[in-house]
Amino acid sequence: MSLLTVRGLTVDFGSGVRAVAGLDLDLAAGQVLGVVGESGSGKSVTSLAVLGLLPRDARVGGEIHFDGRELTGLDRRSLRRLRGNRIAMVFQDPLSCLNPYYPVAFQIAEAYRAHHRAGRKAAHRVAVRMLERVGIPEPERRARSYPHEFSGGMRQRVMIAMALCLEPDLLIADEPTTALDVTVQAQILGLLRELRQEAGTAIMLITHDMGVVAGLADHVVVMHDGRAVERGTVHDVFHRPQEAYTRGLLACVPRIDGPLPHRLPTLEASS
Amino acid sequence: MSELRDTPLPETPLLEPPLLETRSLVKRFPVRHGLTRRLAGHVTAVDGVSLRVAPGETLGLVGESGCGKSTVARLLTRLERPTSGTVRFAGQDLAGLDERRLRPVRRELQMVFQDPLSSLNPRQTVRRILASPFAYQGLEPDEPVERLLERVGLRADHADRHPHEFSGGQAQRIGIARALALRPKLVVCDEPVSALDVSVQAQILNLLKDLQDEYGLAYLFIAHDLGAVRQISTRIAVMYLGAVVETTDRDTLFATPAHPYTRALLSAVPLPDPDAERGRERIVLRGDLPSPLDPPSGCRFRTRCPKAADRCAAERPALRAIVPGHEVACHFPEEMP
Repeated sequence: MSLLTVRGLTVDFGSGVRAVAGLDLDLAAGQVLGVVGESGSGKSVTSLAVLGLLPRDARVGGEIHFDGRELTGLDRRSLRRLRGNRIAMVFQDPLSCLNPYYPVAFQIAEAYRAHHRAGRKAAHRVAVRMLERVGIPEPERRARSYPHEFSGGMRQRVMIAMALCLEPDLLIADEPTTALDVTVQAQILGLLRELRQEAGTAIMLITHDMGVVAGLADHVVVMHDGRAVERGTVHDVFHRPQEAYTRGLLACVPRIDGPLPHRLPTLEASS
Repeated sequence: MSELRDTPLPETPLLEPPLLETRSLVKRFPVRHGLTRRLAGHVTAVDGVSLRVAPGETLGLVGESGCGKSTVARLLTRLERPTSGTVRFAGQDLAGLDERRLRPVRRELQMVFQDPLSSLNPRQTVRRILASPFAYQGLEPDEPVERLLERVGLRADHADRHPHEFSGGQAQRIGIARALALRPKLVVCDEPVSALDVSVQAQILNLLKDLQDEYGLAYLFIAHDLGAVRQISTRIAVMYLGAVVETTDRDTLFATPAHPYTRALLSAVPLPDPDAERGRERIVLRGDLPSPLDPPSGCRFRTRCPKAADRCAAERPALRAIVPGHEVACHFPEEMP
């Protein structure tokens, strides 16, 4: 049973730019869907459309079904209830998503209380438990820290804790590790992998990094110019890519293993 | 942290005298706090770095954010002065040179920056940007700007446009053209492809290689992306918290890394191959980089190292050759097969 179904999604901006031009997506409960593409491919706009977070001048067409419900055309209040409760999100830059004036546990507790009947103390306990769950050392003490006292990797853990305290069915992660160093990226990807296994959270993973997708996704959609140019299981897309664009995207990434070409194959792109 | 600075460099087989050589390079920055800008201490961004770049080769310098690799770039090009240690370029010590005497050196030692758009003056045309290195040197351009643009894969009619009219990849080509205008011997590239899309990255890496083949340039290529570094480098140095922890030729580094940090770093890079990725033994490091304001005693890496022992807290390991040409700063380097 599909948790998220997108059919013929189009997004147009007031300036006449068509960012998404007829996109279909399917994500089953508990699965990880990787959406890959270069900048301008429409992958982030797609995630914002699912979340109902596009700016007002954007016109959204097509259908977005989440757990049997149509999201396009839903009023702001219903959407807000859905976000957080059922659909949570993690973005690339955790610092700009956290309020610098409040301790991290306060912000997690606030998100929790927005969707649950809970007192301050109970919500704080949930926040500390979530911080522990995402691997923040000394969660009791660090709960009172402010975002600026955390490293980039720790802040991203806080964002994930905030997303998870509501036990969502779907986590939309838009470039969740792009701003992080590789050793920290490995920690965060490990955490996402655990979540999916233990809590059964479905993840829509948006990234430009083919390696990140290979390690986490079950299915992959390759986007280019607002369209899906290729889709399939992660195995098929990586080992038997059908489209020249996908093959090019895979071949032009310099790797740390395998044969080393003197020159890299390049996509015919607009450099 | 000081006992290392006078350690002589281990013998490495070098056929030619180095073009660039640093010895025990140290850079400390004051850290100030509060309204009164009270001095709160010093952060040692670079702590005893010795590097060599031979003519025509590419030395890749890798490490994660905060390891000091960009500060090394700025010390080599004398955008910063070292606190101690020496930088020798083509046999000349750069430490004591004033701006006037640095000028001829700058002709041969150029730099390419990470963010191509912010490193180009938005008010100037490409023609003017590419003429400025000659103006600074008091020279007449020896070839028309159009020719230079063609060398880096742009068109002659791009010369009269402004930087905002270009994509990131094109802007980086302009940055490369500016660095090449004076026919330098060494170009320091600080994260030149990390702001670019993967398809554009490949084009810029190819361009840098083509230019190297054509002009016999040497590069110091600084990046955090190990795939890009492998693609372009002949030798690689890995930095952690201000110091080089391992240095060797490219193939040895990827085949038999000996420092536990290098091993963890390589195992953390996601491979674009779902089967390899799922069956992989990963060395996941604990915690975060320690604060460079208060670095750990002894080995800098010991707080996250899976092999750390008592000796690591007491004694800082020196960079020493485990086999000729492969230097590691670790008390317990990985055994060679």
